[in-house]
Amino acid sequence: MGKKLLIDRVGIEGIRYFDTYRKHGGYASVEKAFKMAPADIVEEIKKSGLRGRGGAGFPTGMKWSFLAKPEGVPRYLVCNADESEPGTFKDRYLMEFIPHLLIEGLVVSSFALGSNRTFIYIRGEYAWIVDILEQAIEEARQNGFLGNNILNSGFDCEIYVQRGAGAYICGEETALLESLEGKRGNPRIKPPFPAVKGLWDSPTVVNNVETLAAVVPIINMGGDAYSQIGIGKSTGTKLISACGNINRPGVYEIDMTISVEEFVYSDEYCGGIPNGKKLKACIPGGSSVPILPANLLFKTAKGEKRMMTYESLADGGFQTGSMMGSGGFIVLDEDQCVVRHTLTLARFYRHESCGQCSPCREGTGWMEKILNNIEYGRGKMNDIDLLWDIQRRIEGNTICPLGDAAAWPVAAAIRHFRDEFEWHVLNPEESQKRNYGLANYAEPREVVAS
Amino acid sequence: MPDEKKLFKVTIDNITIEVEPGTSILQAARKIGGDVAPPAMCYYTPLKGSGGKCRTCLVEVAAGSTADPRPMPKLVASCRTNVMDGMIVKNITSEKVIDARNGVVEFLLINHPLDCPICDQAGECHLQDLSYEHGKEGTRYEFKRRTFEKVDLGPFIQLHMTRCILCYRCVYTADQVSKKREHGVLDRGDHSQIATYIKNSLDNDFIGNVIDVCPVGALTDRTFRFKNRVWFLKPMDAHRDCPKCSGKVTLWNRGDEVYRVTARKDQWGEVHDWICNECRFEKKETKDWVIEGPTKINRHSVISQGHYVGTVKPREVLTEVMNGQAPRLLMDIHTVSEVNQPQIELSELPGPATGDVFENKNPKEK
Amino acid sequence: MITFSENKLKEAQRIINRYPQGKQKSALLPLLHLAQDEFGGWLDVPAMDYIASLLNIEPIEVYEVATFYSMYNLKPVGRHVFEVCQTGPCMLRGSDQIIDYIKQRLQINVGETTPDGMFTLKTVECLGACGYAPMMQLGKTFREHLNEEKVDQIIEECRSKAARNN
Ligand SMILES: Cc1cc2nc3c(=O)[nH]c(=O)nc-3n(C[C@H](O)[C@H](O)[C@H](O)COP(=O)(O)O)c2cc1C
Ligand code: SF4
Ligand code: SF4
Ligand code: FES
Ligand code: FES
Repeated sequence: MGKKLLIDRVGIEGIRYFDTYRKHGGYASVEKAFKMAPADIVEEIKKSGLRGRGGAGFPTGMKWSFLAKPEGVPRYLVCNADESEPGTFKDRYLMEFIPHLLIEGLVVSSFALGSNRTFIYIRGEYAWIVDILEQAIEEARQNGFLGNNILNSGFDCEIYVQRGAGAYICGEETALLESLEGKRGNPRIKPPFPAVKGLWDSPTVVNNVETLAAVVPIINMGGDAYSQIGIGKSTGTKLISACGNINRPGVYEIDMTISVEEFVYSDEYCGGIPNGKKLKACIPGGSSVPILPANLLFKTAKGEKRMMTYESLADGGFQTGSMMGSGGFIVLDEDQCVVRHTLTLARFYRHESCGQCSPCREGTGWMEKILNNIEYGRGKMNDIDLLWDIQRRIEGNTICPLGDAAAWPVAAAIRHFRDEFEWHVLNPEESQKRNYGLANYAEPREVVAS
Repeated sequence: MPDEKKLFKVTIDNITIEVEPGTSILQAARKIGGDVAPPAMCYYTPLKGSGGKCRTCLVEVAAGSTADPRPMPKLVASCRTNVMDGMIVKNITSEKVIDARNGVVEFLLINHPLDCPICDQAGECHLQDLSYEHGKEGTRYEFKRRTFEKVDLGPFIQLHMTRCILCYRCVYTADQVSKKREHGVLDRGDHSQIATYIKNSLDNDFIGNVIDVCPVGALTDRTFRFKNRVWFLKPMDAHRDCPKCSGKVTLWNRGDEVYRVTARKDQWGEVHDWICNECRFEKKETKDWVIEGPTKINRHSVISQGHYVGTVKPREVLTEVMNGQAPRLLMDIHTVSEVNQPQIELSELPGPATGDVFENKNPKEK
Repeated sequence: MITFSENKLKEAQRIINRYPQGKQKSALLPLLHLAQDEFGGWLDVPAMDYIASLLNIEPIEVYEVATFYSMYNLKPVGRHVFEVCQTGPCMLRGSDQIIDYIKQRLQINVGETTPDGMFTLKTVECLGACGYAPMMQLGKTFREHLNEEKVDQIIEECRSKAARNN
């Protein structure tokens, strides 16, 4: 059994409340951190090798050290709890079951970064979690871990929860800041980066919920010890939210040393595919990362065992690999239709485009329309090439990575499942009645680069 | 030494110039001019915060700076990226840029009506110019185009949202020039639209400037008399003593009649002296103005082409850019527009067509 | 003119005070949520103008925001809104069938409200409950692991709640 640092305590009755949480070691990291210099805390985070858990995997310590510190200007820490990438529901789990872990991490991080006013931006649909967090904040304040002069350190900090209102794009950090300022969630054009000009033009750090929660065990055990867990640059533990056609959907904490195959078939994690079906494909890191056919999921193109690490999941690049992303692990069994699944994702990204820049605003809708035609038996052969061309011209040419996120799933689906698209076009009527099925994706076969 | 500011050297399409730190790639390229200047559909120099949205100005940065000569991994919006010392930029010398720009033009056009012959902006539409220079022939879009009803935003301005490319210029103009905003971008994604939501009138003093900043025919002047094709009109620089604004304008005349008043645009189509509504909408007689002389237009738009029929072939570099394809939107206007059937051979005129040439020749008028 | 009740006004003030001086516009999203709760589940123009006046901003700034976010209703909705997720992970677990079943049970299409104003059916995109699919949002709660019986139960529950309140 792997190491658990974040959600090991969720089974404890009443862990949601301060007293129980405190009894089980809660807020120890605050007591330790407040005896350290803020710069030393940042140093510990750097040593830990912690990488952002929101999707991009950027080293957190480095991000913190980029924060500008001009005299007389406030700095802000903002926690990104917008969690809207399809397949991802890990932050919700953490906030719902062990809210004090996040609050504890936020107090330490706010101290390290010098943020006296820290915000949690949470997606609007998680309405009940707002209440859970606000209660935890109130308890922490009552017990002297928030408010003025925390633990006699002279440091003041308040945490506020801000609720979004239904917009995936507000997970993008600059769109989030716009939204927090009471505006439309249009991503900002960078530079300037938030570390220089963020919330209300002040230097700002935006981090994911899980990233900030991981600060707690890092301070408790020390950055070096944390960095010992995992493989290579994939240090520590990672929450994976597993869903789709598996026996045990849910949120799992893994230390990054297990293989993808173990994750899928072990009863400790996904527990295999229901009803004795075969695995057809998997999107291992949230809907925007490339889908992998079964034959590339457990083994890399080089024939090595694929591990649940940032590096191994990305092995082979977009030709034969994928990404860790946000840790949303979506499994498709042999009965599933890749065209239909891709259509739902294209629809998602069209729906969530902010509409600011032309390739994403126009391209996402176009891709959805073409996929819709193919799925419903009205597709043409050259539609597949057209789709390819559209995604290619969205990718990399937009203001924010939502354009890429919309392009990648379409690209990967065509790259690995082109015959399924062609079958839809060639068999318009039959494709309305049954699915293409497993074909030969589960068997190892040569990978054609496109 | 002391007061001398260090200039940055930047090379764009193999031409090196020196510019002040803080200059954007686009501004630097405009200094060089010609084809080196990327097209810009949303950036507008006088409007703070504009740019970055349309993506037509994407360029490749082949070397970031002398200090860090690594190339940038993605194309960047030249309007919002500042030059660094020793930066090497590729615009029309980059295949990647040409391909991406091609794509952007296609994206901008998939929901844009292809009704240039009947659009009031024809002849001074930046999208028309853009697709002429950077587009491909034919559309691959086979779906219904997005359409909206035309709405009158009060007595002066008409909004035809179907043509809008969401450049946000009019929004920044309302914020920064008219200081009061009553319209904005509503909804999101592919159904975003410019609208007022309820109040259907824009009437504060400087709001007319939104017409001039609009790169397409989405915001137009309702007082533009007899809706004329702009290339029949003769633009003249003129001024008046105006208590509210600079009073420096361009009059669009035909004979002695003022058909339209606009602010003056520079060669990039940008206005630097905003004008008030009174000058724009209410001073429609020559006697209201002191005429300075004919406006010099050097934007390479169809207005300055002056003649139409002989110019189907773009310049060589464009043919190259477009893989030898003929531009789609440059059509023989005689065959497509009713308004334009005077018995005059436009291509034979020595200079720009003016009102004088057409005096009493167009049966549709008057 | 419409106004918040005294209690809501206090809450609004408390929210506005979270932000530094001069940044009161930041309270816009939370206040729109408050307004939607207070004024019948949707935002009409007077409600939005009222929020604009509270925050001292132009009405258009409120319209821009209210139309951007999918959770603000700009038209009246039924008393109970079924928002069923239809994105990939839910689709893999049968959300298409659940949507069809609800359509058939309520005799309405997606986007419609039953003639008695009781139910509205909407399809929405991923709500962060993919592991508990298929699912829908009902008011402030998520209903997860849906199947036909569960849908029946939920419809019953809504009906009896309405009967009690009438
Ligand atoms: C379209 C889009 C959506 C995103 N959604 C989220 C999200 O819901 N939660 C999140 O933590 N990060 C999200 N991100 C990543 C954030 O922009 C940002 O990188 C992250 O919050 C940084 O935190 P980290 O370094 O701790 O991962 C999103 C990015 C994009 C482009
Ligand atoms: S890529 Fe899409 S979501 Fe991002 S800024 Fe452009 S239009 Fe908005
Ligand atoms: S109406 Fe014109 S100026 Fe305004 S956003 Fe649209 S295209 Fe730009
Ligand atoms: S002009 Fe640069 S992106 Fe539009
Ligand atoms: S896909 Fe339905 S909740 Fe995520």
